[in-house]
Amino acid sequence: MAGAPDGRESICYSAGAVRVCRPLEQRRRGRVSMVVEGGRGMALTEAELGELDGGTRLRESPTAKIATEQLGKVFQARNGRVVALREVDLVIPDGQFCCIVGPSGCGKTTLLRILAGLEEHTDGRLKLTHADPTKPLNSMVFQEQSIFPWMTVESNVGYGLKMRRVGGRQRREIVEYYVDKVGLAAFRRAYPHQLSGGMKQRVSVARAFANDPEILLMDEPFAALDEQNKNLLQEELLKIWEESKKTVVFITHSIDEALVLGDRVLVMTASPGTLKADIPVEFPRPRQVYELKASPAFGELAYNVWSQLRDEVMRARDEEAVRP
Amino acid sequence: MSQRAAINPSAPLSRVRAGVGEGGRAARSREVLERAAALLAPLGLLLFWELLVRSAVLDARFFPAPSSIVGTFYTLVFVVPWQNALPNHLLVSLSRAAVGFLLGAIPAIALGVVMGLVPLVRAALQPIIGALFPIPKVAILPLVMLIFGLGEQSKWAIIAIGVFFQVLIATAAGVANIERIYLDVGRNFGASRLETYWTIALPGALPLIFAGIRLGWGVALLLLVTAEMVSSKSGLGYLIWQSWQTFSVEEMYVGLVTIAALGIVSFWLLDAIESWLLPWKARR
Ligand SMILES: Nc1ncnc2c1ncn2[C@@H]1O[C@H](COP(=O)(O)OP(=O)(O)OP(=O)(O)O)[C@@H](O)[C@H]1O
Ligand SMILES: [Mg+2]
Repeated sequence: MAGAPDGRESICYSAGAVRVCRPLEQRRRGRVSMVVEGGRGMALTEAELGELDGGTRLRESPTAKIATEQLGKVFQARNGRVVALREVDLVIPDGQFCCIVGPSGCGKTTLLRILAGLEEHTDGRLKLTHADPTKPLNSMVFQEQSIFPWMTVESNVGYGLKMRRVGGRQRREIVEYYVDKVGLAAFRRAYPHQLSGGMKQRVSVARAFANDPEILLMDEPFAALDEQNKNLLQEELLKIWEESKKTVVFITHSIDEALVLGDRVLVMTASPGTLKADIPVEFPRPRQVYELKASPAFGELAYNVWSQLRDEVMRARDEEAVRP
Repeated sequence: MSQRAAINPSAPLSRVRAGVGEGGRAARSREVLERAAALLAPLGLLLFWELLVRSAVLDARFFPAPSSIVGTFYTLVFVVPWQNALPNHLLVSLSRAAVGFLLGAIPAIALGVVMGLVPLVRAALQPIIGALFPIPKVAILPLVMLIFGLGEQSKWAIIAIGVFFQVLIATAAGVANIERIYLDVGRNFGASRLETYWTIALPGALPLIFAGIRLGWGVALLLLVTAEMVSSKSGLGYLIWQSWQTFSVEEMYVGLVTIAALGIVSFWLLDAIESWLLPWKARR
C-alpha cells in the first residue's frame, strides 16, 4: 500500500514493539512532544504500516483520524496491577464528534490521555493521522484544574500559541477572540486565584480552542459550569466544530449533553473499561438544543443510552464496595 | 417617653448603624495604638538602659549608655578617615555578601530545576548533597581560605557554598512538588524541555525557591561576619572583632546595630521583590 494521499502521515504506536523510534511529529519538529517514554512506541509512515504484522484494522481504515486495535492499559501500581482499559477497538473518522460516557473509574480519562500521548498503552495498537503539520495534532481540556496559577488568563489562553511560535499580534488577536468567547474579557489580566472554579474551567476550554488542533480531546469540560455558561459554551463548541471540522472526542457524564453534541455516543463498561455500545446520533444539524431535547426521538435515544449505561454503573458501584 | 422610644422603629436601626461606625473607628484606633506600642516599647527600653547606666546599676564597660553609642556612631560615620569609617565597612560587607550570594544562588536554582525534573540527576546528586549539607559551613572556612587565599575570593566562596545548598534544596523540592498536571499541560501543548523549565518548572517552584533564598541570605550574613572576623582588614565583622581586641565596646555595639539593621532592611527588600515577582500568589 502506497503512502496516503496528499502527503498525509500517520503516527502509529504499537505496544511491545521491538523497534524504537520517535513519533513523526517529533522527528519533524525536533522537539519532545508525544508518547514514547519507555521506548515502546514507534512512528510509522502509511507505507511502513502496510508491512506490519497484524494491524489489519488500522490499515483498513485509511480515513480514520483515530484508530485503535485491541488497545489496553495496565497500571503498575505499588499495591498491584490495575487494568484500566482492555481490548478497545475504536475507529473515529476525520471530522467526527464522538462522545464517550461510562461509569466513574472505567478508564475514560486514561483512554483520552493515551490518545493525547500523555500515557503509554501497554497492549494493542493506536494510529493517529496528522494531516497538517503546521497545526498541532491534539489539544486536551483536562478534567481537573489545569491552568497555570502563575499566568494571567490571557497568557494561559495563549500558551499553546506561544509554544508554537505564533507571533505577537496574531496571537493577541486569537487570544482576545477566545477570551471574549468564554466570557472572561473583564478578567483577561486576572490571575487564576481571582477566578471561580467555573471561570478557571472556561480558561482551560479557551486554551484548547485557541490552539486550533486537529483533534480536540475534552474530558468533562463543562461539568463544573453553571447551566447558562454550559449552554453558551456548548453552542460555541458546535460552531467551532462545524466551521473547522475538527475531530472531537468528548467525555461527559451527561447523556443529554452527549446527545445534543455528538454524532455518536460510545458507552463504556465498568472497569476494566472497554467499549460496550456504539450508538449513532443522527439528529439533523444545526441542532436547536431545546426543541431537540423536547422531541420524543431524543427521549427515546436517551433512554436507550441510559439502559446501556445503567447496568455498568450498578456493576461499578458493586465492585467499588468490595474493593479494599 | 422611654416606652415610645423603645417601639420607635428607627431607634434600633440607628443604633446598629452607629455600632458599625464605632466598630470601624475602634479598629482604626486600635491599629494606631499598636503602631505606637511597637515604636515606643524599644524607645522605652533604650531610655531604661540609659538610666540604668547613668545610675551605675549597669557596668558601662560592658553596656555603654545608648547616648555614648550614638556618639561613637557619629564619629565612625563622619570623623574617622574613610578607610576606617562605618559606611566603608558596610559597603565592603554588602558587596561581599551580594557577590557570594549570587555566585551561590544562581547555579543552585539552575541545578535545582534540573534535579527536580530529571529523576536520574536527582538520584545521582541526592546522596552527595545529603552528605555535604549537614557539615557546618564554618568548619570548612580554613579549607576555603587554604584554597582561595585570604583575599575577597575566600569570602565569596564560603558565602556561595552556604547559600548554594540552601537554595538548591529548596529549588529541587519546589520543582519536584509541582503538580504533575502542569507538566502534562506543557507536554500536550508542545513545550520543549527548555520551555518547560522556563514556563512551568521555574515559576511553579518560585514560592519555595524564595523560601530558600530567605534562608540562604541568613546563612550569607552569618558566614560573612565569620569570615571577616577571621581574616580581613575591613567589613562589619572586622569592625566588631577589632573593637573586641582594642576593647572599644561602643564600636562593637555600633557594628552589631548596623548588622541588625542590614538584616532587617534586606529582608524587607526580599519581601518587596517577592510580592513583585509573585503577583499570582494570593496574599494572606
Ligand atoms: N496513574 C495511575 N496509576 C494507577 N492507577 C490508575 C492511574 N490512573 C488511573 N488509574 C486507575 O485506572 C482506572 C481508570 O481511571 P480513569 O481516571 O481513567 O477513570 P475515569 O473513567 O476517567 O473516571 P471519572 O469518570 O471518575 O473521571 C481507575 O481504576 C484508576 O484507579
Ligand atoms: Mg476521568
